[in-house]
Amino acid sequence: MSTEQQILPKDAAAAEGKVNVQINGTWYRFPKGTRIADACNSVGVHVPCFCYHPKLSVAGSCRMCLVEQGMPPRLAPGTTPTYNEDGYQTIQWMPRAIVACANTVAENMGIRTTGTVCTEARRAVLEFLLTNHPLDCPICDQAGECKLQEYTADYGQLTHRFTESKIKKGKNLSIGPRVNLDQERCVLCRRCVRFMKEVVGEEVLGVVGRGARNAIACYPGKTLDSNYSMNVVDLCPVGAMTSKDFRFKMRVWFLKSTPTIDVNCGTGTNINIWTRGQQVYRITPRQNDEVNSCWMPDDHRLNYQYINAPERLLTPLIRTDEGTGQRPASWEPLLRTAAEQLRRCKSSELAIIASARLTNEELYLTRHLADLLGVKFFDIVPRMGEDDGMLISADRNPNTTGAKLILGKDGSTLPDIVRGVKIGKIRSLIVLGEDVTTDAGITAEQLHDLDYLLVMAHSETPTTQAADVVLAGVTFAEKYGTMINVTGRIQRLNRAIEPLGEARADWDILRALLQECGEIPLKAARATSPMEILDEMAGQYDALAGVSWSSIGNAGLPVVDTGVTIPLIEREKSKKS
Amino acid sequence: MSEITYKPGRAPHPRETRRIFRNIDRVGYDPSIECFMKDGGYETLKKAVAMEPAAIIDEVKKSGLRGRGGAGFPTGVKWTFIPKGNTKPVYLVCNCDESEPGTFKDRFIVHQDPHQLIEGMIIACYAVQAHYAIIYMREEFPEAAKIVKRALSEAEKHHFLGKNILGSGYDLKIILHRGAGAYICGEETGLINSIEGVRPYPRIKPPFFPAAIGLYGCPTIVNNVESLCQVRQVLMRGGEAYAADGATRSPGTRIIGVSGDVQRPGYYEIISGSITYGELLYDLCGGPKPGRTFKAIIPGGASAKVMRCDEVLKGRNPDGSVRKMTIFDVPMDLDSIAQHGSMSGSGGVIVMDDSRSMPEMLRNLNRFFAWESCGQCTPCREGNPWMLKLSTRICQGKAAPEDVDLLKSVADNICGRTVCAFGEACAWPVQAFTTKFRDEFLALTRPVNAMKPHNPETAEARKYLTRED
Repeated sequence: MSTEQQILPKDAAAAEGKVNVQINGTWYRFPKGTRIADACNSVGVHVPCFCYHPKLSVAGSCRMCLVEQGMPPRLAPGTTPTYNEDGYQTIQWMPRAIVACANTVAENMGIRTTGTVCTEARRAVLEFLLTNHPLDCPICDQAGECKLQEYTADYGQLTHRFTESKIKKGKNLSIGPRVNLDQERCVLCRRCVRFMKEVVGEEVLGVVGRGARNAIACYPGKTLDSNYSMNVVDLCPVGAMTSKDFRFKMRVWFLKSTPTIDVNCGTGTNINIWTRGQQVYRITPRQNDEVNSCWMPDDHRLNYQYINAPERLLTPLIRTDEGTGQRPASWEPLLRTAAEQLRRCKSSELAIIASARLTNEELYLTRHLADLLGVKFFDIVPRMGEDDGMLISADRNPNTTGAKLILGKDGSTLPDIVRGVKIGKIRSLIVLGEDVTTDAGITAEQLHDLDYLLVMAHSETPTTQAADVVLAGVTFAEKYGTMINVTGRIQRLNRAIEPLGEARADWDILRALLQECGEIPLKAARATSPMEILDEMAGQYDALAGVSWSSIGNAGLPVVDTGVTIPLIEREKSKKS
Repeated sequence: MSEITYKPGRAPHPRETRRIFRNIDRVGYDPSIECFMKDGGYETLKKAVAMEPAAIIDEVKKSGLRGRGGAGFPTGVKWTFIPKGNTKPVYLVCNCDESEPGTFKDRFIVHQDPHQLIEGMIIACYAVQAHYAIIYMREEFPEAAKIVKRALSEAEKHHFLGKNILGSGYDLKIILHRGAGAYICGEETGLINSIEGVRPYPRIKPPFFPAAIGLYGCPTIVNNVESLCQVRQVLMRGGEAYAADGATRSPGTRIIGVSGDVQRPGYYEIISGSITYGELLYDLCGGPKPGRTFKAIIPGGASAKVMRCDEVLKGRNPDGSVRKMTIFDVPMDLDSIAQHGSMSGSGGVIVMDDSRSMPEMLRNLNRFFAWESCGQCTPCREGNPWMLKLSTRICQGKAAPEDVDLLKSVADNICGRTVCAFGEACAWPVQAFTTKFRDEFLALTRPVNAMKPHNPETAEARKYLTRED
């Protein structure tokens, strides 16, 4: 005990490279250089911020994060500091509040967010912000997720003292193909300006006008047409920047957000899907510093329309007689028929074209289906493009790494299958989650010439039109599962909406098909959820050893070393160091 | 000095000491380098380049010279803030964005005696080992820009600028950069941003001085025009000799610009602290206009707090006892007036006599600050137009008594919560005017105005709230 007392907290903290900070009366230890705002938020003391964003440079201009701060009194020369019984110096509180975003913590610093100094400062800043704010919350898209609204409720005042005319600025300005600007609602935090300059590297947005006439605008001759432009909508703490796609569609408080991942490319951007009932309304990026930071590309964000599109297959279909049309069927007899038909196919004339858009669990079941049917022609459809140097990966399939791991396939034998179909060597085809008429290069005529075509898909395509059996699957928003992105990180897909109509989740269809095809000693064939299939896979693949649904979490887990990196994340990391 | 003759009416008052303004309005003096060199120009520079840079900084520190831009920070100390072991280039910027209302000292230097500034700048640059310096001149000095440009090329021709200055092996380039007419560019970090070509938003503190991280992220010293001229004086006289003149804590001469309701407004160069405000206004400026009495003084540019002339201040005698005094008894140095709640700032003294309406004065100031706010941070951007609208309403007789308190409260909410000192600059006048001349403000208000609409929108809306019966 006596030896412990001799070590002052400041020395103990310094040994760890940390400093002691008192926040609202409680002492905490933070690494040196931590911003006061981050320090406070990390211990549950909320510091409101408009302009501060951890991924952008500090502006310190909104003045919302003002906190009361104190340090030990400066010592007269020749005197030594005195410590209280806990080993801390007394704090001398400063009469002026300081901004929590631009200042860092220091040894024996005191922060108070409860006293008059701080509450008065916050109240005053909010009052100032509302003087020229149009107060159009009832028709504002941001209402419900507006920081100005939130902070006014938390720290503002109920009465207003400003009775003069408000300054008028531009409203409903189209500053880009996907973003609208309302200058009156703007609090001039300049997050959008900094994002475009620092993250995208295009100086498109700037501030014009002086004093209270300051307004965000595009530089002359420029429009906000970057593929990352819609991130400014997420960044905007108020309703100044609104998405043309989402505006006036739905009040945000009716929406449910589901954390999942983007399936448009191999990056596997972490996203939230916002739904009400069975309808998807928007997609926003979810922070993951190892995958997409806080951002996502616009074309991926807007690629959700197909989920609720009229082309969706809501029931399984079957063609009972040659030359007739497809008709809806019930799942049980359909699957039984399909299994019977597959068993009748000659395995040497049967091929499976699977997809790297399927989850690991679905690919695992597919592998077993292929084994069961003795299929030799079996591959995925590769989809390579160009990366954009930011977040979009050259690999447009979300789960190529998973396909390589689980099937050992990377699309290199696909041309053999295509040739086989062409020359009639392959007479029967199973297509899972792909439209082979587009990326694989098989024509609709060739599909019609096949003896047997079984397709699992979520939407109607030329491939499903040619099929003898169509198994109505689901989109990524309707199923659970895991995918491994280009960097080798396994991530979870969560179900945001129930499968539409009679459609069933792809893993569920494959499991049922396996069961119908034959008795196999496979736990996965009797699994009641993708999580159980994942558990079984964890015991079979070294890379997945110890991986479970809960250990992946919402942040994902690196499982394979691919050597591939995401340019934007690398830039962010190098900037930090 | 007897040989110097000044233009008619421009001769210095006997109590003045002309050092910086020695050649201002002098008969037969022009801004050319020949004229300047005939008068002993660039001799101090020759002395300076023979010294070690550190010795010059020591000399300036010894002199106790304080910056003349308004804040009064010791110049020598500022120079030592350049980080030790710095490997980046050091820049020196001369702040010639003299835009504080009521201040007009630098304009005479750059218009009539530019070489004095250039010599002072070269010495300062040599001391901090800057090889690139910038004169940031406000847009409103188009003529001075031509004069300074010519002066710079003259100095270069005489090898006071350029490569290997006076054989010392020291190189220096000075360029002239024009502002675009914004008050905020006088704030040193706003000025730096302006030079960089971005919006002149003042930078967030810390760092508190651009000497650590300034122009293009390099150590940058920003000094006022007069400060740099004073550096030349320090070197000319020697640090100790310079410190011997004037107030202990702010030695040397000060240039005071008097404007407003006095008989002889204009510039006066005095030994710091050698005279009081009373002596300045009654002796040097000749007192109030006929039949008028002094009512109020703004002692240091528009942003300083106004002082009532009949205000009773507490002065301290040398023996420690307290005596009653007025603003007229306060000596004119940098610190004395600060003890009474105002500041001597940049030396612009604005005088108002009993014919002036104080609410109208404040409205005028508010209009200036509302127009000049850069708009970066919330309290200043939103508070200034609010204060302007309130004071306009008071002047128009459309305000209620509580609006005066509201006006003061808005100022209190701005003060101390902004990125730069503009927050204080715009709030102090409001705080001082509404407190010290509260009666005048209240006299213009009527309680019934509280019930009336204050803007056309509300007036329009009221129409529909009135029952027609």
